[in-house]
Amino acid sequence: MARKFDAGYYFREGFHSIFTHGFMSFAAVCMIVACLLIMGSFSLLAVNLDHMLGDLEKENEFLAYIEEDYTEEQARAVGEEIQKIPNVAQITFVTRAEALEDFKAGREDNDLLSDLPATVLRDRFRIHVTDIEQLKQTSDAVREVTGVGDVAVADKIAEGFVMVRNIATGVAVVLIGILMIVSLFIIANTIKLATFYRREEIAIMKMCGATNAFVQWPFVVEGLLLGLTGALVAFFAQWGIYQMVGKLIIQGNGLSLVTMLSYKSMIKNILATFCGTGALIGVGGSLLAIRKFLQV
Amino acid sequence: MIRLIDVQKEYDNGTKALKGVNLRIDDGEFVFLVGPSGSGKSTVIKLITGEIAATEGRLMVNGYNLSNIAPRQIPYMRRTLGIIFQDFRLIEKKTVYENLAFVMRAIGASTRELRRRIPYVLQLVGLDQKADHYPGQLSGGEQQRVAIARALVNNPSMIIADEPTGNLDPQRSLEIMMLLERINELGTTVLVVTHEKSLVNRFSKRVVAIENGRIISDETGGYYNGEKI
Repeated sequence: MARKFDAGYYFREGFHSIFTHGFMSFAAVCMIVACLLIMGSFSLLAVNLDHMLGDLEKENEFLAYIEEDYTEEQARAVGEEIQKIPNVAQITFVTRAEALEDFKAGREDNDLLSDLPATVLRDRFRIHVTDIEQLKQTSDAVREVTGVGDVAVADKIAEGFVMVRNIATGVAVVLIGILMIVSLFIIANTIKLATFYRREEIAIMKMCGATNAFVQWPFVVEGLLLGLTGALVAFFAQWGIYQMVGKLIIQGNGLSLVTMLSYKSMIKNILATFCGTGALIGVGGSLLAIRKFLQV
Repeated sequence: MIRLIDVQKEYDNGTKALKGVNLRIDDGEFVFLVGPSGSGKSTVIKLITGEIAATEGRLMVNGYNLSNIAPRQIPYMRRTLGIIFQDFRLIEKKTVYENLAFVMRAIGASTRELRRRIPYVLQLVGLDQKADHYPGQLSGGEQQRVAIARALVNNPSMIIADEPTGNLDPQRSLEIMMLLERINELGTTVLVVTHEKSLVNRFSKRVVAIENGRIISDETGGYYNGEKI
């Protein structure tokens, strides 16, 4: 007579009571959807901001000018030294001639430049860094390399990027944290209300010799199902909202300064995060809510 | 078997509900526990079912020593009891069959055991035709019979009925008592808490009278103040 764990029974009971307490289930799912949508929107905003700043970071570079009296071979040897400096991601050698060509490009009408010798310019390296936050230190280190005459760094711009990103990430993390706490509280209360309707049922079960585990499992299943349902609804709603916002941005963004990641590229992460959070909120809320009714 | 040895119960608000109660109910007995409101009847029931703990004294229920029982053992102790309430306490959203099924599930019974046991118990209380009805579709007497079936379905060694006829008219009350008597004849110990004098007198069983937290009489046949038909 003693079968310990009847998963089929718990699942049927949990599933069944979603429908017998239809309105409360609906309310709980709505709350989960709302919480996930708000959290999801802020997270997507943060992810996109980070991505955009990452793009800008990639484009960030500075120039190292080689001493005028160095030959091309000597200059290339200096490049090897630069490459050894930490945080230097990639270097490109640009000869005087190439630099002059670049300079002349677009200025073909200017006669003064036509017979300019390449020697007026210096050989140089275009240097990309890995971490933009250490741009200043890296450029200082490059300046110390023998053979490097000078460096040209736009470190003020770099500092601006870093500051904007750090503020955006900080604000997003704080907001998401607050929303997490608020939504857990709301869900727990919604489920507590649902459980309150069934306190009689729980009391009867307990009087008939049901263990706490037996009483809890259907509620856990119910919370899990409600959480996952909310997660799925929120996932598709988020998709729609994201596409809509994307369209609006493209329309009002002729210069395409703002680029957005595609929803599809993040689909697995979003689905997993939503389902995980939904399940956590649902089950956590159920357990939190049912605790006090078990003391019969 | 139930044994209360010098049991005292004082509630947190200072009310002394039981002031040293000694009681022994052997297997197979039919006992009425009578007394006016506030006499301590309900406290005795709550102690036996493990809802509350005694302040002093020893308490044994069907082999479990409730004086030092671990909380996790209480469900298993309760499975030896079948409890019937004045207000039936059926689950409105479950059919008669489901109301019985879930208490069998609670102790780990299989679907096969359910299918065998529930029709038998429903037939015993005369409700085999109403298995698919919801409690709301039944009369008060029928609902109480469902509650009795629920108490019986796990085959407990003892039935505890707390004012089982409080919400019923005299004819239905009599039927319920006769049903409990029949269950007792089939071998189950029955403890009925009531203050319906005429019913008690009619059955001529063992009557334990309690007043002011003390047992004032314990004899077979009649009402506690000696009134007989």
